[in-house]
Amino acid sequence: MAEASYPQDLLYHPEHDWARIDGDVATFGITWHAQDALGEVVFFDPPAVGAQLTQHEPYTEVESVKAVSDVIAPLSGEVIEVNESLAGAPEAINDDPYGAGWIVKVRLSDTGQTDALLAPDAYVALLA
Amino acid sequence: MRATNETAMQRDRAVTIFEKGAPGRRAFVAPPLDVPERPLDELIPARLRRREPARLPEISEPELVRHYVALSRRNFDLDSGFYPLGSCTMKHNPRLHERVAALPGHARLHPLTEPARAQGALALMWNLERALSEIAGLPHVSLQPSAGSHGELAGVLLTRAYHAERGEQHRRVVLTPDTAHGTNPATVTMAGYEVVKVGTDSRGGVDIDDLRAKADGDVACLMLTNPNTLGLFDANIGEIAKIVHGVGGLVYYDGANLNAVMGISRPGDMGFDIVHFNLHKSFTQPHGGGGPGSGPIAVSEALEPYLPRPVIVRHGGAEGNGSTVEFDLDYERPRSIGRLRGFQGNYGCFVRAYAYICSLGAAGLRDVSETAVLNANYLLARLRALGVCDLLPPAYDRLCMHEFVLSGAPMKQQLGIRTLDLAKRLLDYGYHPPTVYFPLLVEEALLVEPTETETKETLDDFAAALAEILREAREDPELARGAPYSTPVRRLDEAAAAKHPVLRQAL
Amino acid sequence: MSRYTAVTDSDRQAMLEAIGVASVEELFGEIPAAVRLDRALDLPAGLGEAEVYAHLRTLAARNGSAEDELCFLGAGMYDHYVPAVIDMLLGRSEFLTPYTPYQPEISQGGLQVMFEYQTAICELTGMDVSNASVYEGPSALAAAGYLAKLTNGRPRFVVSRAVHPHARETLRTLSAGYGTSVDEVALADGVTDPSAWARAIDEDVSAVFIAQPNFLGAVEDLEPLIAAAREHGALVVCSADPIALGVLEPPGALGVDVCVGEGQSLGNRLDFGGPSFGFFATRDEHVRRMPGRIAGETRDVDGRRGFVLTLQTREQHIRREKATSNICTAQALNALAGVVYLSWLGRRGLVELAELLVRRTAYAREALSAIDGVTAVHEQPVVREFAVSLGLPDVASVRRVIARCAAERVAPGHALGRDYPEYADALLVAITEQRSREDIDRLVDVLGRALAAERAAAATGGASA
Repeated sequence: MAEASYPQDLLYHPEHDWARIDGDVATFGITWHAQDALGEVVFFDPPAVGAQLTQHEPYTEVESVKAVSDVIAPLSGEVIEVNESLAGAPEAINDDPYGAGWIVKVRLSDTGQTDALLAPDAYVALLA
Repeated sequence: MRATNETAMQRDRAVTIFEKGAPGRRAFVAPPLDVPERPLDELIPARLRRREPARLPEISEPELVRHYVALSRRNFDLDSGFYPLGSCTMKHNPRLHERVAALPGHARLHPLTEPARAQGALALMWNLERALSEIAGLPHVSLQPSAGSHGELAGVLLTRAYHAERGEQHRRVVLTPDTAHGTNPATVTMAGYEVVKVGTDSRGGVDIDDLRAKADGDVACLMLTNPNTLGLFDANIGEIAKIVHGVGGLVYYDGANLNAVMGISRPGDMGFDIVHFNLHKSFTQPHGGGGPGSGPIAVSEALEPYLPRPVIVRHGGAEGNGSTVEFDLDYERPRSIGRLRGFQGNYGCFVRAYAYICSLGAAGLRDVSETAVLNANYLLARLRALGVCDLLPPAYDRLCMHEFVLSGAPMKQQLGIRTLDLAKRLLDYGYHPPTVYFPLLVEEALLVEPTETETKETLDDFAAALAEILREAREDPELARGAPYSTPVRRLDEAAAAKHPVLRQAL
Repeated sequence: MSRYTAVTDSDRQAMLEAIGVASVEELFGEIPAAVRLDRALDLPAGLGEAEVYAHLRTLAARNGSAEDELCFLGAGMYDHYVPAVIDMLLGRSEFLTPYTPYQPEISQGGLQVMFEYQTAICELTGMDVSNASVYEGPSALAAAGYLAKLTNGRPRFVVSRAVHPHARETLRTLSAGYGTSVDEVALADGVTDPSAWARAIDEDVSAVFIAQPNFLGAVEDLEPLIAAAREHGALVVCSADPIALGVLEPPGALGVDVCVGEGQSLGNRLDFGGPSFGFFATRDEHVRRMPGRIAGETRDVDGRRGFVLTLQTREQHIRREKATSNICTAQALNALAGVVYLSWLGRRGLVELAELLVRRTAYAREALSAIDGVTAVHEQPVVREFAVSLGLPDVASVRRVIARCAAERVAPGHALGRDYPEYADALLVAITEQRSREDIDRLVDVLGRALAAERAAAATGGASA
């Protein structure tokens, strides 16, 4: 994705991760800023379905040629689905970080945790 | 200098040795069998034997020579040009060293030769140990580690043994500055410790307040290099050592930057307990395209019992224990951390380093460091004078030691080219670029280490080349972004190589 | 100014002026007086090139090398013939003097060599993927231990006593750092005791370590040893002799996880133990935990085939504390010698060399066992090395016998007793293509007489010093 974008329907974690909430299920990924800093993603090793994620803690890594980056869980919960297509085409994280580049779907353990996340404008302000 | 036609070397496509030759060709002929030709089945059961030979090439000697000579030409090297790779100390490799290392008495000596028949080798190692001890200002040396990072590992394992013997196994932390070379934290983890980073202050030295806050009874040691990876001497080194010793920790010196201080200041005198040397940096062991190297360590008295075994000892004199050998290998070392590798270490590297020290002597080694520091400061001054530093300012505005780091951040902002592009364009100018993107602390870092073996003229020409590249970039940033144009291959797709690794020739 | 630096007085003048300081001394102003060395280094004065050469030659003359003495020493490093093309190629500036290939566009020579080397090692060992070299054999085995630890984190290693003593000790030294314990399994009849082996392995075992041929030269039956490890989910690490792989089933065909070994016998000199190289090859599934540099194939912007260092995120300069190892400098030049040597031997040549060694070694073992009082330690199949028991009371007497042989310019082998108290009077004898039948007959003669002299001296109650 060539130009920075931060969709309005998402919540953002200061460590450059996003969450799309749908009831008690959320989808996570990394933001445009994160994928831009990383460069072309070449490898990604997903967590297992059933893994327990803790808010603010790293739950996996993404690798570019010259860097490795922790991916932080914006919210706590149990992994119910993993984006298998990233294994063969990890660059989807760069091309479509909020769409085809989604990383995991999680059943949230505490929907109140969203208080710790930022609205799009607040996250963009953080980047400046 | 945009190439519109391919160079000859670019036209030569890469073909591996496995894709050459033809069945039946050979360069080696086995000697005729001079013992009974017993059936192999009698000697080794068929089921333990290989069914198919390894699919190695089948080529004649002339083909072999042509292939590898052609490959060699696709390399840039230090004998051919300036190689200011920061942190690597790319100084001239004297050819005398190859000649002495090839003497059969050194080259064809088996490592398990009884000490009585290896007195020359053991004497050489003993002498090298004494010289390194003097240079480091620490009394005891082990030549065993095979590279700098191997020496680091030895140092951290020695630290572990030291604390264990004092009932201090609870110490789980090793402090490293945030400017540390990657081998430092990697080593720490391998040795079972946890890394805690110490900040760098505005002058480029260790943040003393941060160090004080983090130095506690959990700290096993601090790993440091001085001058540091920014090329700056930390004048607070005495205080730093005192703080760490004060909480019972040890201080480890990464010797990668020894080239700046030989004969001028000694790590032992700075307060370090353990030092490693890189014989392939300050002591001219050729880099070989990525090794071999050698990483001896020097330690204080308190750490001597834990040194890797065996240790070289010298008999005779006042002891007169009746032994006929002057030098021997001592394996009876009950408190040693043990071995880090087979045999005695990279002896071939010892021969070269020893020859170098014999050639230079005390005055020559001091001249090395004085000239290394002079050359680096002069190059920096030239870059300032030519306006290069307007776009690539030094990260710290002070005199440097043997290397200095520039930040390409203003260049990126104003000209739209990154340190990487500058480096690739330098290839077209016939230089190996300085180190890029290290240390991590500096944005768009360019770490420059000219070494002492370069002439003033070379430094002037290099500075002029950098200035020229910036001039080009002002007019047309695309030129640098598309560089290099004249090298055997142009920019390579590293992402594809990582995503779909092809790590061997398909057969 | 020395012969390697070039700053003349007028250069210095101009340089100091440009910097803006009055003297070189000022450049060291940051260094506090307390840590300044206030005297010259206590080292002899520097010498000219000819004098240094003379001194190094004097030292060389005090060594009994394979140039002057008949060498039957082995134990991981062997006196093979190094072809002249290797001296020539390793002496070329373009291979000798560059650094690690961080700028691939000007390092295609070195990178392609690594790629070819990796291919050769995969072929030799039967493994899926190889790195571009590690330091040497024993530390390669220890590095495999670290890979196992990163893979399954289990608390124990099991290693056969048939593995090289230096490798076992190095494994212990390194694993003491990251906290995996090491249990050894004894030998029976010169090979790993299969029942003791099976008993030693359980779900706590991270990896097992075997050698082929083993340290006593014996060809092991690896299948049951590997099966026992598989049953409990432990990784299998096999250290192999590369020349022996010319005739033996490669560990890769038996499904081991990691194959390592000492590469010195592939085109590298003895050099009193180093530098040489270690090879490190694994199954595909372990590639991201492999230590060291790896070269990979790719294309440039114009579509040309080229090579780069790849999977670098494993390495220290990127992953730092989570790296698969701390390796920075490896053994590129020695690995170059290795791949050139394997290409020089060629497909048929390696087989012919190995088969020659098998026959000569069998001959040597038989001939030595025929000496009065000498017996083979074991009758297992051997490739190029074997152990004989000399019928002496202890290792000290073995070393005296060795000293007597040295007086006749023969190095008959390595005394095993220090590392193997269970084989206190044994001698490990190695054969290379440079040891002809005539040489072996001479060994038999010299060793026979040295043994007789030792027995006679012992009988009269005096051991000579």
